Amino acid sequence: MASNEEILTGLAEIVNEETGLAPESVEMDKSFTDDLDIDSISMMTIVVNAEEKFGVRIPDEEVKNLKTVGDAVNFISGAQA
Amino acid sequence: MPRKVVITGLGATTPIGGDVPTMWANALRGVSGARTIEADWVAKYELPVTFAAQVSTPASEVLTRVEAKRMDPSTQFAVVAAREAWRDSGIEELDKDRLAVAFATGIGGVWTLLDAWDTLREKGPRRVLPMTVPMLMPNGPAAAVSLDLGARAGAHTPVSACASGTEAVHQGLELIRSGKADVVVCGGAEAAIHPMPIAAFASMHALSRRNDEPELASRPYDTGRDGFVMGEGAGALVIEAEEHALARGARIYAELAGTSVTADAYHITAPDPEGLGATRALKAALFDARAQATDVVHVNAHATSTPVGDKPEYVALKTALGSHVDQVAVSATKSQTGHLLGASGAVEAVMTVLALRDRTAPLTINLDNQDPDIPLDVVTAPRELPSGDIVALSNSFGFGGHNAVIVLRSI
Repeated sequence: MASNEEILTGLAEIVNEETGLAPESVEMDKSFTDDLDIDSISMMTIVVNAEEKFGVRIPDEEVKNLKTVGDAVNFISGAQA
Repeated sequence: MPRKVVITGLGATTPIGGDVPTMWANALRGVSGARTIEADWVAKYELPVTFAAQVSTPASEVLTRVEAKRMDPSTQFAVVAAREAWRDSGIEELDKDRLAVAFATGIGGVWTLLDAWDTLREKGPRRVLPMTVPMLMPNGPAAAVSLDLGARAGAHTPVSACASGTEAVHQGLELIRSGKADVVVCGGAEAAIHPMPIAAFASMHALSRRNDEPELASRPYDTGRDGFVMGEGAGALVIEAEEHALARGARIYAELAGTSVTADAYHITAPDPEGLGATRALKAALFDARAQATDVVHVNAHATSTPVGDKPEYVALKTALGSHVDQVAVSATKSQTGHLLGASGAVEAVMTVLALRDRTAPLTINLDNQDPDIPLDVVTAPRELPSGDIVALSNSFGFGGHNAVIVLRSI
């Protein structure tokens, strides 16, 4: 089980790989769409890569609720529990 | 009189150079881009052909990692070549509603398609990337170039196998003549050096099997030719209405004087042995350019190095140009680049423009014993072209019986 800190670091790596955004710009309170300018296609790629990295399942209907990086970290953390 | 169209920008990424200056220097020197393929899949699938002409500069060295991730290799090559052509044109201000794209491919995003199929079978549907469709679609290169340059007067993708790149130049000319655009970025891209297309082309005995001597394998017009060599890359040209180019003080390379596209309606893969469709294309293109056969001094031939393909082109040239064919310097540059399929016509158009600019024809390598049935004047050593107003042709033919010819005139 990964800590929230580790999940954030891993998620930042995935976001960087997909979008080129600096990992340190991926912070808990950032909105994927408004702050990080991540479109829906990139978001789906990030979600699928996060599923593989953290060994969790993020249902499609849940993705629309993941508005901020913190939402995603908390969801992954909860799903791992 | 139709609008006069000129060429003001050139770009290329090829097996003999990752940009136009490098490619052209090599084309005049005579080098082979063919090498043994360093990939584990050659042995894994026991491919009967183990070599190809891969791009000399990987697109990953030119594009950012994130750009490359969202593009099939064919689109990567298109964007690399189109950006070079655009920079070369020097265009700074333009109403992008008047800028169109005509960018061809023969095969499309075959790497993306087959990678996604592997992923589906090995990992299931959820792992198939959401960018798969825009990456595999054949209009991907044209769309990416349009997006990259902001071209809004339409993005077109002519698909006619190995005639595609030349047909894209033809379409570009039509777009400007018809008034739909003032500037067109046209070209072709191909990235099909993948085990499946290699197996498929090998299965129809289209590929050379000179596995021990890749550099000698592409040998158009030579009696020892045994098939073409798969190439990859892209070529791009910025073409422009003459009045538009003059108004902005552009450097003009040559006039795109005329084009023609015909169909054989003879056989799905075999060329018409009498070259009737190719002859009609040649004659129509010269007519379109208001040029006489006797104006022609140079031809960049399709000449892929297959036993059956090279001769019908000669027959067509002889029929269309008459006895003047003996006065024409013929270059078979696929001897150096390999066959870039849907990109070949665009790369060869770039070379033909440069031949007119420098009044020098590029070399044909590996011609040791010229086929006596093809008595063309083949350029095997540096050859100066005449001064004065001269005309050059570039031919492309494709499976499906597609014939495409462009006519270029010196400035």
